[in-house]
Amino acid sequence: MKILLKHVETEGYSPNLQSYLTEGGYSALKRALKMKPEEIISEVKLSKLVGRGGAAFPTGLKWEFTRKAKESPKYVVCNADEGEPGTFKDRIILEKDPHLILEGMVICGFAIGAEQGFIYIRGEYFEAYKILKNAIEEAEKNNYLGKNILGSNFSFKINLYRGAGAYVCGEETALLDSLEGKKGQSRVKPPFPTFVGLKNKPTVLNNVETFANIPEIILNGGEWFSKIGSPLSPGTKLYCLSGDINKPGVYELPTNITLKELLEKYGGGVQGKLKAVLPGGVSGAILTTENLDVVMDYPSVQKAGGMLGSGAVIVINESHCMVDLAEKCAEFFEYESCGKCAPCREGTKRAREILLNIAQGRGELSDLKLLKELREVMYDTSRCGLGQAALNLTVSAVEKFPDEFEEHISKKKCKLNICPVGDVR
Amino acid sequence: MSLEKCKEELKKVLDQYSHDREALLPCLHVAQEQCGCLTEDIISFLAKELNLPRVEVYSTASFYSMFSFEKRGKHVIRVCTSLPCYLKGSEKILKTLNEELNVTVGHTTSDRVFTLEAVSCIGACDKAPAMMIDEKLYGNLTPEKVREIISKYKGGRDA
Repeated sequence: MKILLKHVETEGYSPNLQSYLTEGGYSALKRALKMKPEEIISEVKLSKLVGRGGAAFPTGLKWEFTRKAKESPKYVVCNADEGEPGTFKDRIILEKDPHLILEGMVICGFAIGAEQGFIYIRGEYFEAYKILKNAIEEAEKNNYLGKNILGSNFSFKINLYRGAGAYVCGEETALLDSLEGKKGQSRVKPPFPTFVGLKNKPTVLNNVETFANIPEIILNGGEWFSKIGSPLSPGTKLYCLSGDINKPGVYELPTNITLKELLEKYGGGVQGKLKAVLPGGVSGAILTTENLDVVMDYPSVQKAGGMLGSGAVIVINESHCMVDLAEKCAEFFEYESCGKCAPCREGTKRAREILLNIAQGRGELSDLKLLKELREVMYDTSRCGLGQAALNLTVSAVEKFPDEFEEHISKKKCKLNICPVGDVR
Repeated sequence: MSLEKCKEELKKVLDQYSHDREALLPCLHVAQEQCGCLTEDIISFLAKELNLPRVEVYSTASFYSMFSFEKRGKHVIRVCTSLPCYLKGSEKILKTLNEELNVTVGHTTSDRVFTLEAVSCIGACDKAPAMMIDEKLYGNLTPEKVREIISKYKGGRDA
């Protein structure tokens, strides 16, 4: 069952309009333009599609809120700023099937009553930027974008906008500020972008993968989609396998796949002995060998204590020290915190300090409790997901591998000889 | 590129965005690419054109890691140090580059050919450890492979 990579995995397929049309591209748009906007939204709702960027909000509901919002104009924004470490799924669609995203966005524009769309693509995706730019030009030339699309009275434009290297811009409100030419700092929610979004106007903001699902939903119906994969969050998902795995890569699979199947059947097995898995990048808690039977849909992963997020499955084997990895990830969050709110700005700094102390043999047992407290404060009080999630990995590592942390603290020993615990500086 | 020529390019972008603030990031990208870094002149010029205080332009520009105020080398090497690459040995890649180029992270070689940067995930985790040199992606790196790639660039060929 392939929805997102159907074209990409077809032999000889290239990212141009001709290839897309040969595979039946833009036929969903033709159909959508003959439907009522409300009908499109009800199909998307019926599909039970949830946002694939990580937050898993029901897409149809988001579209409905925006359509019903009173302010105008309205905007459609595609989040192509994938930056969660371990995520490289949107890159594939952006580089290999750009028209799929454009078609999804135009349909969204028609459904919510917007005439302007934006794609915010991360600055480091140079190749994808060029391909997307070309695809937009092709679509404009052939009237899939622009004025009176395909003879209808609906007009829609898409602007391409490059980010400039800031992880936080993947967060929706920070992205909107960046798109307005400002620093990418998050806004306080509510109000949500569906009511107060880009330039304070109602805005649908969806991930690349979310938009890429739309054409097939329109062609086959929402009910068809809702029966694929796990009933808890139906459809297929792009899972990104990286780390200590034999066959890293992006795999499109129905959401009822288990973690074990994903690692063994598709990933070709773990390199070395499995220690931990991050199912949704470094922002989520770790899972261990106990969780291998978890079904890889959003609610099930959450129930197991993790977070599916963008589907960045990072595999960690026994050769790595959890204290070292937690410190590395804390360094990442400290660097990427936008600095706007104190809990995140200061919290990420202190967390790294504590972990560095532990790694260098200067930790105390009370530090472990302190980390848990810090996580709670940051979770409760940070403005956006970055600060709220920054210590998920650390605290789950302390919970699942307490001996490792205690050994660094009490015995000043890193049994894998990775942390510089001996060299007290 | 001269400042005047750069300003001409910037004006084109400013017009595209009807001199709205939205033009700022696209302008900064153009200036960075054309001039190799952002200068005070460019900041002042954009502030005037966009009717913003200079400090606002500066603080926006300094927020993003792809912009710099010091001239970068001819080639910018971005080594990913995020978890998936770290698991696969990005430390070794950085160390090799330190030794090969005799430069530390965040700095430019004395001949101004290479700037070495450690960056967050570049979305190439299936090819970890990975790095980018300018716009080109290199994956599945080993110290040997890094030395080979660098020697090509040193030889004047852009690989």
